[in-house]
Amino acid sequence: MAKMYHKEKSIQIKSSASALYNNLSVLRIAPRCLTYFTVVHANVVNMVSASWDGLNYSHRQLQSKEGNVATSSSLIMQAAWCVLPSRDLLVLTSQKGIQMYESDGSIMVYWHALDTPETPTAQAVFARGIAAVRDKYICVGVSSGSVLVFDVPSKGSNITLSEVLEEHTEPITDMASECSGSMECIADLVSADDSGTLCVWKSGGDFQLLNKIPGFDTSCSSVKLWKGTVIAGYGTGQIRLYEGVTGILHAEVNAHARWIYSLDIAPFTGLLLSAAEDSLVRVWHLTISPETNNVEIEHLYNECVTDSQICGAKFCDGDGYAFAVTGYDLSEIIRYTQA
Amino acid sequence: MSTRTLPLLFINLGGEMLYILDQRLRAQNIPSDKAKKVMNDIITTMFNKKFLEELFKPQELYSKKALRTVFDRLAHASIMRLNQASMDKLYDLMTMAFKYQVLLCPRPKDILLVTFNHMDAIKDFVRDTPSILSQVDETYRQLLEIYTSLSGGEFQLIRQTLLIFFQDMHIRVSIFLKDKVQNSNGRFVLPTSGPVPYGTQTPGLIRMFSCSGEEIKRVQFRDGGNYTAALREGSFELFGDRVTKLGTNMYSVSRPVETHMSGTSKNSSQHTKVNTLPNPLAKEELNLLAKLMGGLEVQKPSHTDSGFRVNLFATDEEEEYVWVFFIHSSDKQANAELAKIMGEFTEAGDSSPSSSSKGDDLLAMMDGL
Repeated sequence: MAKMYHKEKSIQIKSSASALYNNLSVLRIAPRCLTYFTVVHANVVNMVSASWDGLNYSHRQLQSKEGNVATSSSLIMQAAWCVLPSRDLLVLTSQKGIQMYESDGSIMVYWHALDTPETPTAQAVFARGIAAVRDKYICVGVSSGSVLVFDVPSKGSNITLSEVLEEHTEPITDMASECSGSMECIADLVSADDSGTLCVWKSGGDFQLLNKIPGFDTSCSSVKLWKGTVIAGYGTGQIRLYEGVTGILHAEVNAHARWIYSLDIAPFTGLLLSAAEDSLVRVWHLTISPETNNVEIEHLYNECVTDSQICGAKFCDGDGYAFAVTGYDLSEIIRYTQA
Repeated sequence: MSTRTLPLLFINLGGEMLYILDQRLRAQNIPSDKAKKVMNDIITTMFNKKFLEELFKPQELYSKKALRTVFDRLAHASIMRLNQASMDKLYDLMTMAFKYQVLLCPRPKDILLVTFNHMDAIKDFVRDTPSILSQVDETYRQLLEIYTSLSGGEFQLIRQTLLIFFQDMHIRVSIFLKDKVQNSNGRFVLPTSGPVPYGTQTPGLIRMFSCSGEEIKRVQFRDGGNYTAALREGSFELFGDRVTKLGTNMYSVSRPVETHMSGTSKNSSQHTKVNTLPNPLAKEELNLLAKLMGGLEVQKPSHTDSGFRVNLFATDEEEEYVWVFFIHSSDKQANAELAKIMGEFTEAGDSSPSSSSKGDDLLAMMDGL
C-alpha cells in the first residue's frame, strides 16, 4: 500500500497527555494562518498555537477551577472548541464544573458549577462530552447521564443554562453535532454513554429526542454525526455506523484490538479517523448514496504510533489533508500530512 | 475521578512490595522463622480491619506523597528496617510494576484479575496462619462485593485515574529491561500482536447491511498487527484461574533485582519534578490512612538474639549496598553495632528512615552512642 500520509515535525507540549477519551482538540483559524491545539494533562489544559509556516509556536496553560478558587487540583475530563457562527469558545469540563473561555484561552467568560456532594459517593461526579449545536447552543454531558444545554449569545458572557436533557442513565462519554454543514439533516446532535446507548436529538427552544439507539453493554467512547449517520467507536474496538433518525445499523467494523479513544470526520471528503489504545490510527472513507440511503465504509490507511496508547486523533482541516495525534505519557502532538 | 481507585492501588502496590521483600529475604537466606514473621506482620497490617474500612470508603486518590507515607509505614510494620535509599528503590519497583500491569491489561476490567493474582499470592504467603488468612478472605469478599458489578466504562475510569497517578514515571527497572518489556528510555513496549481482550473481535472485518438488516457486503482489511482470538475469560470468583499472568510474582529466587534511576529526562518539556520523597526532617504528609497505619501495634520479639543485616538491593555491576536491619531493643551491644553501621550508610542530614514510633527508638539509641 503506497503511503497515504507521511509524518511531519511534532509539536512539543508543556506536559504529557493524560489517558482521557478524545484528548485532542483542533481549531483552524484560516484568516490568521494559525492552528490551535489543546491537550489535557490532569488538571491543566495545554494550548499551543502553531503558525502554518511552522516557524511560530506559542503556549498557554489553563487550569481547572473550583468554586471561588481560581485554580484547583480537580481533574479535567475534556477540552474542546465549540465553533458557532458568531464566535468560537473553548470549553473545559472537569470534576467540579464547566469553564468556557474565549477561543484563545485568554478570558473565562462563563463558569457552571456541578452539584458535587460533600463526601465522595461511589458514583464519581464530572462533566464530559462537549458539542456546539446549530447557531447558539453548547451542550455538555454529565456523569449522571444528563445533558446540559447552554444558550450562547453572539458576544459577551450572558450564557445561560436553558435546558437539561434527561435521557441517559449512565455517564456521558462523548457528544457530537451534525458536521456536514447541510441544513437538510433533521438530527442536530448525538450523545453517547458508558452503556453504549446513543441518543439522537433535534435542537430548538426545547430539544427533541428523535431516536434512542440501545447499547450492547459496551461503552461508546467516541461519537460523530455526519450527513445524518452516527459513527460510534466502542470499548470493544468496534466502529458502528447507524442511520441516526431510524437507528438502522448500516455497518459494523472490527476496527481495533483495544478500546477506541477517538474518532474524527473530515466533513468535505467523508474521511474518518479512528484511534485506540492498540497504538493504531486508521483512516477510512465513508460514502453515502442518497438514493438507497446506504452507507459504505472502506479502509484506506494505517499508522502505528509505536508503544503508545493513543488518546486523541483529529483532522486539522475539513478535507482531511492533515491529522494530529496524542498518546498517553507523550509530550508531543504528532502530525501527519498527505504524501 | 473514580472514587473506587484507592483500594486497588493500595492492594496491588502492597502485593508487589511483598513479592520483592519475599524474594530478597529468601535470596539472602534469612532464617525462615524470621522471614515469615516479617511477611506476616506486614500482611496483618495491610489487612487490618479498621484500616481497610477507611480504605474502601469512596474517596479521591491520595497524592503521590501521601501514598508514599502510607507505604513507608507499611514497610516498617515489622521488625525489619529500611533506610531511605532502600525504601526509594522498593517504592520505584512497586510503582513501575503496577504501572506496567495497568498499561498492559487488555481490557480495563482485567485490573480486577491482576488484583486477584496479588491477593491469591498473599493468601499463599499466610496459608499457615489462620488468623491472618481470615483477614485476607474478608478483603476478597469486599473486593467481590464492590467491583464485580462495575461496568467496563467504570473500570476504564478507574484505569484512567490510575494512569494519571502514574503519569510521567519512566524509571528503568532492570528486570523489565532484561525481559525487553521496557525500552531504554523507560517506556513500556506495547505489542501489536497476541490475543485480543475478552469481548473483542480480531480486527479486519467490515460488514455492511441494507436498510432491511440484510448483510450485503463483507470486506477484509489489512490491520497491520498480528492478533489472535481472545483467550477464555479469567475467573472473578474467590478461587479460580485468573488466566492473565499480570500481577503474578515475576521475581524468581535467583534473579537479582535492582533499579536504575532514569536521571535527567532527555525531553525537558516533560520533566515535571514531582517530589515523592518524604523529608524526615519535615512533617510527613499525615493522611488518615497513614495515621491508622502508624498506630497499629506489632508484637516485638521477646528473645534476645542479635539482629543481622540483609542486602536489599546488592548488584554485581554496582557495589551499592543498602542495609536492612532487624532491631531488638533488648540487645544493646548488637544495637550499638547496627546503629553504627547504619550511620555509615545513611546520607548526610538523613538520620532516620521514618518518623514512626519504631524509628524514634532507633534515633534515641543513636543519640545515646
